[in-house]
Amino acid sequence: MSPGSRIVRFRVNGDPVEVGVPEHHTLVEALRYALGLTGTKQGCDKGDCGACTVLVDGRPTLSCILPVHEAEDRDVITVEGLARGVEPHPLQDEFDRHGAAQCGFCTPGILCSAAALLDESPAPTREEIREALSGNLCRCTGYTKIFVAVEAAAARLRSAP
Amino acid sequence: MLRLPRYEYHRPRRLDDALQLLDRHGDEARVVAGGTDLIPNMKHRLFEPGHLVALSAVEELQGIRWDDGVLDVGAAVTLDALSRNPEVRRHASALADAARHVAGPQIRNRATLGGNVCLDTRCTYYNQTEFWRTALGFCLKKDGDTCHVTRVGRKCVAAHSADTPPVLMVLDAEVELRSSKGSRAVPVREWFVADGIHNTRLEAGEILTRIRIPIHPATRCSYRKLRQRQAVDFPLLTVAVGADFASDGRVSEIRGVVTGLGSRPRWLTGWDDLVDGSLDDDVVDALAQRAGAQCRPLENMIVDPEWRRAMVPVEVGRALRTLRSAGPAGASLEA
Repeated sequence: MSPGSRIVRFRVNGDPVEVGVPEHHTLVEALRYALGLTGTKQGCDKGDCGACTVLVDGRPTLSCILPVHEAEDRDVITVEGLARGVEPHPLQDEFDRHGAAQCGFCTPGILCSAAALLDESPAPTREEIREALSGNLCRCTGYTKIFVAVEAAAARLRSAP
Repeated sequence: MLRLPRYEYHRPRRLDDALQLLDRHGDEARVVAGGTDLIPNMKHRLFEPGHLVALSAVEELQGIRWDDGVLDVGAAVTLDALSRNPEVRRHASALADAARHVAGPQIRNRATLGGNVCLDTRCTYYNQTEFWRTALGFCLKKDGDTCHVTRVGRKCVAAHSADTPPVLMVLDAEVELRSSKGSRAVPVREWFVADGIHNTRLEAGEILTRIRIPIHPATRCSYRKLRQRQAVDFPLLTVAVGADFASDGRVSEIRGVVTGLGSRPRWLTGWDDLVDGSLDDDVVDALAQRAGAQCRPLENMIVDPEWRRAMVPVEVGRALRTLRSAGPAGASLEA
């Protein structure tokens, strides 16, 4: 362990991990560069765009402005952890069906924000979806297809949870 | 990519340990709560502390208590938790709404009430990368000697841009501060000073620990926020107004705060002689005009200051009209 580095322990997508990272790194840097989980995107890198959103203890969190120490002993879920085995999460499937991703850069963050919403609220209104995704910017598709995909995923989860 | 400068991260579990760390590291240390303001600022090299003292594990800074007419909120309570708390919604819903309108959901999951009260001022010439700031020769607030906003340029006028303090001022809240030498309380109304470089009375070695909000059943409060997008953006203007209503519905005292101007929220003056029991449209218009006359938004934000100037009486008028229909717990609407 080099000076200025530290070992941080937390769970990623259910698995306990122990990473040696530079003391001043953020969670997104640990995920992408120490753990190779490049699904989480590094966008504006200063908390404006939401591309780096992951779930920390179930809450959508901006991993680009979270000092990695704050993940200690916590449950982190990234976009890689949303699928159930080989089956994509219904959100992922419906984003595909509805063309809710274009360049795809914002998609991992939006999927994480949407997954947290559906965990809390199985039948969200359009307004609640807009609110839950209001911290995630998409510059390609516009948001309509995204909202429709979240609604479709919510309906599927209600019928076969 | 924006890299953070190097630092040592401390995460004490007790307030006394946090205070001791501040004493030990002096100017080299900074307190970090949610980090949603400080971490981006550090990425811009606006702060380069050698030691970060995190408050996230300090139990004494948590919790919302409803205690004999006073809401007592821990400084490290997140804005999300504050906005959802049933006691806050019942007794100070304008505060819950102000918290709910800060930034976006992910920020509110981390950002704290104490952090919002201590939020650094913001300016077009300040909240930029080091590369951008270098190109202009820096500014008075950080690394330079001239303010680019005003013609004279000898005083920093970066804008107070936090959402909750105007509501806390109208509700006559106070903050509790602790240091290794003791504790003190400061009314939020007196917390801010007209210096954009350091606009609060927070002293070295101190930690803001709790926010206490007295609740009077006769008081109604409302809050409005002007911004370009309805999420993520900092306010271009924030307005909070409050009034005491007698049982017959007549207004006995009215007060208001506008922020997003200079370095401290502006406490509106000259309202007393305009209110004689009612808040009808004529009174509201007169109050709004008087507010507009004393608020001068500056070129410290990216949008046209003339537009912001014109919006002051509009937003104050809207806040006052909301007050008429608000329940005792207050209400808010957004532009």
